[in-house]
Amino acid sequence: MALQAIFLLVSAFTLLMALGAVLARNLFHAALFLVGAFFGVSVLYFLLEAEFLAIAQIIIYIGAIATLIVFAIMLSRGMMGPEAGQHNRYAPFAALALFFLFLLVAWLFNIARFEYSEQAVAPDAIAQIGRAFVTTYVVPFEVASILLVVALIGAIMLARERTS
Amino acid sequence: MDLSFLDLYPLGQLFLDALVGMGFTPQAAKVIGWFVGAVILLLFGINLVIGLIWLERKIAARIQNRLGPNRVGPFGLLQTIADALKLLTKEDITPFEADRLTYNLAPALAVFPVLMAFAVIPFADRVIGSDINVGVLYLIALGAIATTATLMAGWASNNKFALVGGFRTVAQLLSYEIPLAMAMLIPVMMAGTMRMNGLAQAQGQFWGLGWYVWVLPAAFLIFLTAVLAEGERAPFDLLEAESEIVAGFNIEYSGMKFAWFFLGFFLNSFVLSAIAATVFLGGWQGPFVEQVPILGVVYFFGKTMFMYYVLAWIRATFPRVRVDQMMDLCWKVLVPLALVLFMLVAIVLKLNLSAIHPVAEGAALLLVNIVVIALGTWMMGRALRGPAPLAKRAFTPEIPRL
Amino acid sequence: MTIPLTWYLILSAALFAIGLFGVLARRNAIAILIGVELMLNAVNVNILAFWRYIRPDDPSGQVFAIIVLTVAAAEAAVGLALFISIYRTRRSINVDHLDALKG
Repeated sequence: MALQAIFLLVSAFTLLMALGAVLARNLFHAALFLVGAFFGVSVLYFLLEAEFLAIAQIIIYIGAIATLIVFAIMLSRGMMGPEAGQHNRYAPFAALALFFLFLLVAWLFNIARFEYSEQAVAPDAIAQIGRAFVTTYVVPFEVASILLVVALIGAIMLARERTS
Repeated sequence: MDLSFLDLYPLGQLFLDALVGMGFTPQAAKVIGWFVGAVILLLFGINLVIGLIWLERKIAARIQNRLGPNRVGPFGLLQTIADALKLLTKEDITPFEADRLTYNLAPALAVFPVLMAFAVIPFADRVIGSDINVGVLYLIALGAIATTATLMAGWASNNKFALVGGFRTVAQLLSYEIPLAMAMLIPVMMAGTMRMNGLAQAQGQFWGLGWYVWVLPAAFLIFLTAVLAEGERAPFDLLEAESEIVAGFNIEYSGMKFAWFFLGFFLNSFVLSAIAATVFLGGWQGPFVEQVPILGVVYFFGKTMFMYYVLAWIRATFPRVRVDQMMDLCWKVLVPLALVLFMLVAIVLKLNLSAIHPVAEGAALLLVNIVVIALGTWMMGRALRGPAPLAKRAFTPEIPRL
Repeated sequence: MTIPLTWYLILSAALFAIGLFGVLARRNAIAILIGVELMLNAVNVNILAFWRYIRPDDPSGQVFAIIVLTVAAAEAAVGLALFISIYRTRRSINVDHLDALKG
């Protein structure tokens, strides 16, 4: 019971924050709502006993991505004033369509039957992830690191101020 | 004489047993126990600040040949309480056109990650709020939340100095988180665990020579530099450089909200000292700690206060660095050094020299670290030299002939 | 006592729909990126829920989630750099104005 109550509270918080992130007129507020949503998702990961992912979520999403977004908002401030309207004219239709999409997916999930595994998470789950990354998944791991390097160099080249 | 009963760890179990005896279910007792523990840590942390501020002012005064606080109470001990009372009575100002909710939320968000860090600090063997298996990463994640709080304060104040302070904060804290994490991962690699208590336990061998600061001095120096930057302390206190941006992100804050930032700053210094003491100085390890577990608390606080003294010492001694120097130091010196050190230590550990002789591995690690320190000194000479001074002076003063 | 798997899946479906709404309905490029991040988070919740309930003994689920995290970080960095670059030349990051390639 207690776990279910915690889950409901956290998911309500997460969804409210996510709604705020896509609805807020002030972009800075939208970014702060996004931070809240990321935090809620991280708590969900703790509930799923994926501690490493929960912490990585905070470090990467809140510490890096959300901060980057706030930075970009500050650097491009003033051009999109709140009075200009943040949503395009298709917004109501999109909302309606996505609501039905959600209902459809939720209904599908509800009628689907899954075979639950009764196993507990291994106490050395983090070590397992590390081992998997250097054995089974070594190629995706290397590709991901190349992707990161490429993104790093590309971002620097794109955002660099051209001084002549 | 058997003194092993002098231990804090069984107290928690006694408390839980008492709760169960009072008619709670074991689960409810556990939850109540968590809450009580959290409240104890919280009160301890907040009250600790009174002593920390007094200590820091006294140390700085001694170094600068002053007396420091000496009027209120014995040795000026009550000065901080008087200051807190003064701040409480001040007017609470919210600037014009400030973003109210964000503005008021920022001080709370600046303090709460620091208080959350107390949960994974081992005060003695197994005397720890929660020994989660990602302890070290947890501490780094808390730093990320603190960054957001500072950014919120800087943006919501509707003040250009605050905004510049916020920008500087993000640039600095985000950059220095990388060498900090890398330097902490080297001890993690050696101990084979990310649990804070496990890290302290792993340093118990060889009568104090097993402390990681002896075998990994380069990692410790990188860590110390990153700690100075993460704790926003001099020489890296650019985010509140009075001479450049008046006070940085907290310029508009007054009264108790300002006091919150102040509290967060000093608590952060303490927490960072405690992490340094646990990860590199052996935490609660010390002579006779197995026989008399309560000594662990003494050792832990002794080492933490030593680290705190070092931080205060550096603060009172060094001048502030420039912004570009701060960035150069991080990206051109500390990050490459940490990466190189990480790789070299991994290779040394893989060679498995301890199979030959336990001293051989320590000696190899020490050698690697000395090489990295030498490399670092050489790089600092290059990276921080800056542009060559102008050959021709823009203005040549006339020197009067005598 | 335990939380049914379906709850997690429905939550992630809702999160995904909200993120997709942000992508479809926002005019500012950064706000669209916020929507994309929410969608990626929804995917990760799904992956981890399946990992926990169906195959907790296999680290593949967590590995998958970590790869998604990495790609999200790379995407955010490049995307925001692009926006800054566009903002410098066009003084706007409203996606409705970025139609120079229209035939």
